[in-house]
Amino acid sequence: MTTLTDIWSYLAQGPLLWLGLTLGIYILSDWVFMKSGRFPLCNPVLLSIIGLGILLVVTGTSYDTYFQGAQFVHFMLGPATVGLAVPLFANAQNIRKTALPMAVALLVGSTVAVTSALLVAEMLGIHGQVLISLAPKSATAPVAIGISERMGGLPTLTAALVLMTGIIGAIIAPQLLNVLGVRDWRARGFAVGVAAHGIGTARAFQAHERAGAFAGIGMGLNALLTSVLAPYVLHLMQ
Amino acid sequence: MIRHLFLLLLYQLIGESLARALNLPLPGPVLGMLLLFLTFLAAPQLYDAVRGTVTGLLSHLSLLFVPVGVGVVQYLGLMKQEGIELLIVLVVSTALAIAAGALAFHILLKITGQEERP
Repeated sequence: MTTLTDIWSYLAQGPLLWLGLTLGIYILSDWVFMKSGRFPLCNPVLLSIIGLGILLVVTGTSYDTYFQGAQFVHFMLGPATVGLAVPLFANAQNIRKTALPMAVALLVGSTVAVTSALLVAEMLGIHGQVLISLAPKSATAPVAIGISERMGGLPTLTAALVLMTGIIGAIIAPQLLNVLGVRDWRARGFAVGVAAHGIGTARAFQAHERAGAFAGIGMGLNALLTSVLAPYVLHLMQ
Repeated sequence: MIRHLFLLLLYQLIGESLARALNLPLPGPVLGMLLLFLTFLAAPQLYDAVRGTVTGLLSHLSLLFVPVGVGVVQYLGLMKQEGIELLIVLVVSTALAIAAGALAFHILLKITGQEERP
C-alpha cells in the first residue's frame, strides 16, 4: 500500500498540487473575507499568502517548486491587464470629462508616493539597495521591477515591497477615504490605482465597477510616471 | 470564450512586441490594454462580444496576485531585521499617497463642476 508520504512526494513533483492549493486556499480566504463582513485585515490576497507561505515553510517546499504550479494562475495576470480595456471603455465618457482631475491627482499621488517612501525610509535608517528598491513601490510589479533594476536596487525585493504596498492600500483605502469624506467612486478608485496598483484596483472592483475602471487608469498612468519620477527623486535626495 | 481569450492574448502579444521594439518604459500588457481600448472605440461591437468573459475574469483579479505574493517567503530574513521599519514606510507612504491623490481629484471635480450626487 502507498503511504501518505509517498503520495505527497509524488504530487509535490508536479504542478497540480500547488496550483490546486493556490485556488483552494484563495477560495477559502475569500469566503473568510465575506464571512467577516469584508473586514479589511481579512483581505483575501493577504490571507492566501499567509496560508500558502506557512504551508511552504512547514513542508519545506521551495518557492521555485511552488511557482511551477502557481505560474498558470500568475500567467493570467497579463491577459487580465489587457482586459482592463473593457471597464475603461465602459467609462470612456466619464474619463473624457475628468481629464483634468485625473492629471492633477496622478501628479500629486505619484509624487507623494515616491517622495514620502524615500523620506520616511531615510528617517528610519533604511539606506543603500533596500532604499532604492522602495522607490517604485506604488507602480505595478513588472514596471517597478524594471525601474528598480535600472537604478541599482534589488528587483525581487521590489516585487515583495510592491505586493505589500498593494495589500496595505487595499486594506486601508476604504476607511481612509471615508474619513477624508471622499465619496466619489472616480476619485476613490483613481487614487487607489495610483498608490496601490493592481491589488488596489482589484479591491476597487469589489467596491464598485466604476471605481475599478478609474483605478485601472490610475495604475496604468502611474506605471508611466513612476518610471520617470523615481530615478529623478532618488537623484535629488543623494 | 476561447476566441475572447485569444483576443486578450493577441493584444498582449502586440503590446509586448511594441514595448520591446520601441524601448518603451510601459509593460506590454498595459500597452495592450490601451490598444484594445482604441480598438473598442473604432469597433464597439467587439466590446459587446467580449464584455461578459472579461468581466468574469476581472472579478477574480485578486487571485492572480497570490503567486507573486507568496514570493515574500524568500525575504523572511530581511523581514526579521528591517520588517517593522519597512512596514511603517509602506503604511505611511501608501496612506499619504491615497489621501493626496483622492483629495486632489475631489477638489478638481469641484472646480471643474463635474461633481456627481451619489
